[in-house]
Amino acid sequence: MVQTTVNGKPVTLDVDPATPILWAVREQLDMTGTKFGCGIAQCGACTVHLDGKPVRSCSTPVSAADGKAITTVEGLAAADGTLSALQQAWIDVQVPQCGYCQSGQLMTATALLRDNPRPSDSDIDAAMRGNVCRCGMYGRIRKAIKIAAGIEQADDADAQGASA
Amino acid sequence: MSKTSAPEKKKGKWSRRAFIGAGLVTGGALVVGVAIRSGKPSARLQKLVANGDEEVLMNSFVKIDADNIVTAVVPHVEMGQGSQTVLAQMLADEMDANWEDVRILEAPGDSAYVSKDIGREFRMPDLKVPEILEPTLDGALFQIANMIGLQITGGSFSIRGTGQRGMRTAGAAARQMLVGAAAATWGVPDNEVNISNGIISHKDTGKRAKFGAFASAAAEQPLPALPKLKTPDQFALMGKPIKRHDIPAKVDGSAIFGIDAQIAGQKLSYAAVKAPPVVGAAITAIDADAAKEMPGVQQILNMGDFVAVIANGYWQAQQALNTIGMTYSDTEGDTLDAEAVFARYAKALDEAGDSGGDVETESGDANANFAKAAKKVSAEYRAPFLAHATMEPQNCTAWLRPDGICEVYAGSQSPLKARQAAADTLGIDMEQVQYNNTYLGGGFGRRAEVDNVIMAVRIAKATGYPVKLIWSREEDTAQDFYRPSATSRFQAGIDDKGAVISWNNIHTHLFDPQEAPQVPYYDIPNNMVRKVEVPMHLRFGPWRSVDHSQHAFFIESFMDEVAAQAGQDPYKLRRKLLAKSPRHVAVLDKAAQMAGWGRALPKGKGLGIAFVPSFGSIVAEVAEVDLTGTKPRVTKVWCCADPGYAMNRDGFIAQMESGIIYGLTAAMYGEITLKKGAVQQSNFHDYKMLRMDEAPEIFVEIINGDAERLGGAGEPGLPPLAPAVTNAIYAASGKRIRELPLSKHKLV
Repeated sequence: MVQTTVNGKPVTLDVDPATPILWAVREQLDMTGTKFGCGIAQCGACTVHLDGKPVRSCSTPVSAADGKAITTVEGLAAADGTLSALQQAWIDVQVPQCGYCQSGQLMTATALLRDNPRPSDSDIDAAMRGNVCRCGMYGRIRKAIKIAAGIEQADDADAQGASA
Repeated sequence: MSKTSAPEKKKGKWSRRAFIGAGLVTGGALVVGVAIRSGKPSARLQKLVANGDEEVLMNSFVKIDADNIVTAVVPHVEMGQGSQTVLAQMLADEMDANWEDVRILEAPGDSAYVSKDIGREFRMPDLKVPEILEPTLDGALFQIANMIGLQITGGSFSIRGTGQRGMRTAGAAARQMLVGAAAATWGVPDNEVNISNGIISHKDTGKRAKFGAFASAAAEQPLPALPKLKTPDQFALMGKPIKRHDIPAKVDGSAIFGIDAQIAGQKLSYAAVKAPPVVGAAITAIDADAAKEMPGVQQILNMGDFVAVIANGYWQAQQALNTIGMTYSDTEGDTLDAEAVFARYAKALDEAGDSGGDVETESGDANANFAKAAKKVSAEYRAPFLAHATMEPQNCTAWLRPDGICEVYAGSQSPLKARQAAADTLGIDMEQVQYNNTYLGGGFGRRAEVDNVIMAVRIAKATGYPVKLIWSREEDTAQDFYRPSATSRFQAGIDDKGAVISWNNIHTHLFDPQEAPQVPYYDIPNNMVRKVEVPMHLRFGPWRSVDHSQHAFFIESFMDEVAAQAGQDPYKLRRKLLAKSPRHVAVLDKAAQMAGWGRALPKGKGLGIAFVPSFGSIVAEVAEVDLTGTKPRVTKVWCCADPGYAMNRDGFIAQMESGIIYGLTAAMYGEITLKKGAVQQSNFHDYKMLRMDEAPEIFVEIINGDAERLGGAGEPGLPPLAPAVTNAIYAASGKRIRELPLSKHKLV
């Protein structure tokens, strides 16, 4: 039995304590926003926060979450559904393509901006290089991080929405 | 999950090239579709959509309901390429719909949505036939497409085929019928009725209505045979960077991919699988004693060609699978290692010599002109096997219900093929398979295969309960349908005035498209292209840009070598050879201008250029490399593309960016090698991916060169990348790269 909180809600996980957080969250809690990519902490698709720190949930056992707080992509928006500045920038810049890696990208970027609100390009590289985007949207991810951080403004084209 | 109700057909009228079908669905919605005449449709399809013997298949359609909602039913899947949004955009623009009222529905995996145009566009992109033969050709190609179950998203086809021929026509027809209905009700001439932004209006009487008011009446209107499409100056939505409909769900974790599928009311079990390391081997024995005792394990299945462990969680299943010992039968592939593959190619190429093998193209006399050339250039290039490495490993959820219906959930590029494969595997009728397509966590051609579906339904049959099959990354890497490796040899002759007078190429293997090794756009008078087939036990499949991925590297590298030998600038030589096509020259010029071609660069840096038309789009790229650091870096890529007309500008740019990074990943690191017939790579530590800190800055410009004939987006950005990079390495260092990936070479 592992006692933890997921996105602020207390949760008891009745699984083998060696089970990775990834599979406990996906299969026990039916929260599928956190993704399986490699299983060996090489791609970052499974990134969640453990007490605010980004971890690779495919390689972190639930026992490590005992008494701690797990945050997943489903917990990024406010309770009323308002998206975080990064999520909104992700839409404004049209970052995702297939979208499969983006939960992990957003979790890593969220931790980056919390610890370093105005990151340099090399800070962004260092934080984000563990997250693979097979659709190759690295340039847009960088831009969206800078927009969310207030370092850059969205282009006119980025701001054009459904009313274009 | 997509759901749609079958339209109740009302009227149909066949015209020479296409007819428009319309009808009512329940609830009084107007439904308009585009149908294509086919040769001999099956009885089932005939029943589904036809009005008469000559009228058949809808390939796209639109619904309007009483609440003014316009639903575009799009027969292509979403794997990040954004085509669902663009298809709706094209349809809505022709209707003059209000974009806020437009919804998008993915068509079900049904042969009614077979993309007939794909047969034609993908296989014969430039075929011109007399108009009178069009129906026959369409019919014949449709038969081919239908036979192999194509309702495929691939070939960079959705917009240029389905969108341009289907969605726009359906939208324009719906508009015309709404106009007719409003005119009849208001008692005014058709040509005085206007539609703008979802409002139907008549100026003199001041009458106004939304679509819903006339949806039912419009369905009774005569059917326009060939509705007039807009010209680019009339576009309101086409060409605009409209935001993709699928993105909001991809930033909050709510987007459902195949791996996320649930079956309502059912608790899923999970399967982990392992196939013999050499494809084609059979499992002779397994030792599962330890696995049986492991927690959560429900069943262990030896399926002959793979072992499956079913458990109450995926991780539990995989842990148990990892303890299972297996022995396999011998196969012919067992002796093959990485070097032996290329030795096999070399032998076949040696045997073919200067003029043997299968001739694909021949004009003039390449050998005679090579013999008399003032300068002779020869080179051999190699490209490795590649895996797709979609971010989402292969998976599929299936349940063979007690009532005989099989529910299947997966993200497939070919939903219809997936549904058919499930039915065939189970020996049941396709009507008994409920196939549900999800978002795809990357496709790139991998998800045009349906091996995951076949495996999942076999497991479902063996268990009788609902099972989600998930491949490990290791299995995904080692059991792919690979991009073929290839060797290509060239000879070119240059005369004493510096003109390229002969081109002779022979290469191994040809998958698709047929024109990939051809260079008709370069004006070389004596040209011969040949191939040799070399059998291999690996499974091959389409990989983003398919054969252009190897041949662009071969051709454009060699063109650079020819320029160097001729003592000419590689951009200017290409420009000279393209001179007869101003559209091609414009793209090349723009890319060169963007990059500041010709400027001086510090030692260890260089620019390289490459030019590749593919999938109907013309693309030139310039790469800048920096060899002064601790590892080679591609710092900038400039890309100019002419896709005819970019229907969604930002979406098109995103595809160029994506193709460039996918291509650069392969050029830098991509290599699948064999040892004793088995793939040696297993995960991202040994099949490396390009990462944020290695990604170049990318600049894209678009030229809209021909709005009548569109090109693709998903693939054409990729082919020029590798040769632009290797040509830049040559410029920076004098080192000519003739074999990929770059990680094989010491460059810094």
